[in-house]
Amino acid sequence: MQTPKNIIQKIWEQHVVHQEEGKPDLLYIDLHLVHEVTSPQAFEGLRMNGRQVRRPDLTYATMDHNVPTRERHIINDPISKKQMDTLKQNCQEFGVTLADINHPDNGIVHVIGPELGLTQPGKTIVCGDSHTSTHGAFGALAFGIGTSEVEHVLATQTLWQAPPKTLNVKVNGRLGTGVTAKDLILAIIGKFGVKFGTGYVIEYTGEAIRAMSMEERMTVCNMSIEGGARAGLISPDETTIEYLRGRKNVPQGQAFEEAAARWKALATDEGAAYDTVVEIDAAEVEPQVTWGTNPGMCIPVTANVPNPNDFEKPSEKDEINRALEYMGLEAGQPISSVKIDHVFIGSCTNSRLSDLRKAAEVIRGKQVAPSVKAMVVPGSFSVKLAAEKEGLDQVFKAAGFEWRDAGCSMCLGMNDDIIPSGERCASTSNRNFEGRQGKGARTHLVSPEMAAAAAIAGHFVDVRKFTAQEVM
Amino acid sequence: MEPLRIHQGLVCPIDRTNVDTDQIIPKQFLKRIERSGFGQFLFYNWRFDDDGNPRPDFPLNAPEYKGASILVAGENFGCGSSREHAPWAIQDFGFKVLIAPSYADIFKNNCVKNGILAIQASEEQVQTIMKKAKTEGYTLTVNLEDQIVSDNDGFTFHFDIAPYPKEMLLNGWDEIGVTLNYEDKIKQYELAHG
Ligand code: SF4
Repeated sequence: MQTPKNIIQKIWEQHVVHQEEGKPDLLYIDLHLVHEVTSPQAFEGLRMNGRQVRRPDLTYATMDHNVPTRERHIINDPISKKQMDTLKQNCQEFGVTLADINHPDNGIVHVIGPELGLTQPGKTIVCGDSHTSTHGAFGALAFGIGTSEVEHVLATQTLWQAPPKTLNVKVNGRLGTGVTAKDLILAIIGKFGVKFGTGYVIEYTGEAIRAMSMEERMTVCNMSIEGGARAGLISPDETTIEYLRGRKNVPQGQAFEEAAARWKALATDEGAAYDTVVEIDAAEVEPQVTWGTNPGMCIPVTANVPNPNDFEKPSEKDEINRALEYMGLEAGQPISSVKIDHVFIGSCTNSRLSDLRKAAEVIRGKQVAPSVKAMVVPGSFSVKLAAEKEGLDQVFKAAGFEWRDAGCSMCLGMNDDIIPSGERCASTSNRNFEGRQGKGARTHLVSPEMAAAAAIAGHFVDVRKFTAQEVM
Repeated sequence: MEPLRIHQGLVCPIDRTNVDTDQIIPKQFLKRIERSGFGQFLFYNWRFDDDGNPRPDFPLNAPEYKGASILVAGENFGCGSSREHAPWAIQDFGFKVLIAPSYADIFKNNCVKNGILAIQASEEQVQTIMKKAKTEGYTLTVNLEDQIVSDNDGFTFHFDIAPYPKEMLLNGWDEIGVTLNYEDKIKQYELAHG
């Protein structure tokens, strides 16, 4: 009998082009996603060296980071416009397909890849963006790269990569009612830290993961990088297959069934080993809120902000003090007492149809607190259209939310959507770094449901109680 | 890319952990389509106040660190966004060597591609350097060939680096040029995998 293998090892072996002592492996890349911010210098490099894009057919570009979400055609910032125009010219010159801002397939790169069926199990997928780990939800080996590597993939369709160590994050049991995929991944990072995955590729396994929809799995894999892992994936199963069936870029008919059989065979073998295994009990996870300036600084909504005096290491004390100061919080204050000024529902973590549905359920028939500015930014054109077809836009608008066009928007504020200095935002995005949503802006990461409930209450609330009250 | 063999330089300490690439180069500077000129924006929000005036307490603004080419920092340096603008800014500012207990994976890769040596040292070694760098016009000599860091007072340590990035840095190679030597193999792979 063959030694059982995990899915990471299987995908790796299938993609090695060249192996040599003392060198990383030369790995073939099946899909290269491109966006406007991290690609201009790469295309320029090709041009300077007289090189071509080796496989334009395996390369797909979109515009997302700079796109205005109010009126997408009015790009006020000339430098943003130049960056987007540059991508358009580069795609024309090098023969790369581009979903520009007028294209019906446009959206955040990590939302459209799966939507269009470009993301498939077993593929190696790269993009000049650290949240490329999202695509791992399909059992693809997907990771973010820098611009030099973007250029390298454009020119050669390969990358030199040392085989990663493998890490199994085992999620035992089921998540409680009102506890989401976002809470789970935040709790994982909170428990194991922001660098537990460094040097590893994660495979998420266990009952709670199996029970998740594809969109929930994407939320989990999306934030692998926040735990330090370049890639995090989930073995494909029926849920994966059914999501992909009939999508634009997957095989159709009999060819799909054959592909599905191959995909399922990629799943980790019974008894396969990993370099490291960590476990978490899903039933213990509560709705999470980040209080600090990295995603590991998170606590249950029922808890209090930490006190630096409870920590021994001076570097830890320092880090907590600095974070409390930046965030304008008191040590030991209940997180639920923290008032917010903004709510952002969007980003490649939580801007898909099911995210919007769940948030809409929480706010239906209610009003956003008068002191709060709230907005929804769907992840793609197609999410936006689908949501409007169901009338979700009306639910949000009636509650006092702004309903915007697709893009990255307030996740990093490269367009006009910025939180003013000192103001506080409950955000469904993935990074609460200093200045991420605007200089001096204070970001609290939460699930769409928690963000929606906070919008209504004007401060953080336990969405489990919030919904229960309404039922009574 | 310039080869890097032996480098001697002034050390500048950034005594913080989990320094993310949003801090190294904030997003408003990612809109340029050039590779150069990012040094002026390095650590922008830490270096300058709201009115754009230098904050005197930030090491990069202190006269004693002017011309520093070695940066020492806490663990998990370069975490977060994959933006290569971060190493571009570090390099453009004049840094050639980084020393920290650990780095984020993507950032570390990006450094190699830009001829920056990111040395992984132990927590104690980093603390020692951090202390020394805070008190004197402290310089270190980094010998990549022998993988040794040393100062003038006899403090010295050996560091690990994988053979491939070492070779790339020592020779200053253009990686795409190297890979194109394997074009036959890439073609073979493509034929075999449709
Ligand atoms: S939504 Fe945010 S995290 Fe996702 S790709 Fe856009 S900027 Fe990056």
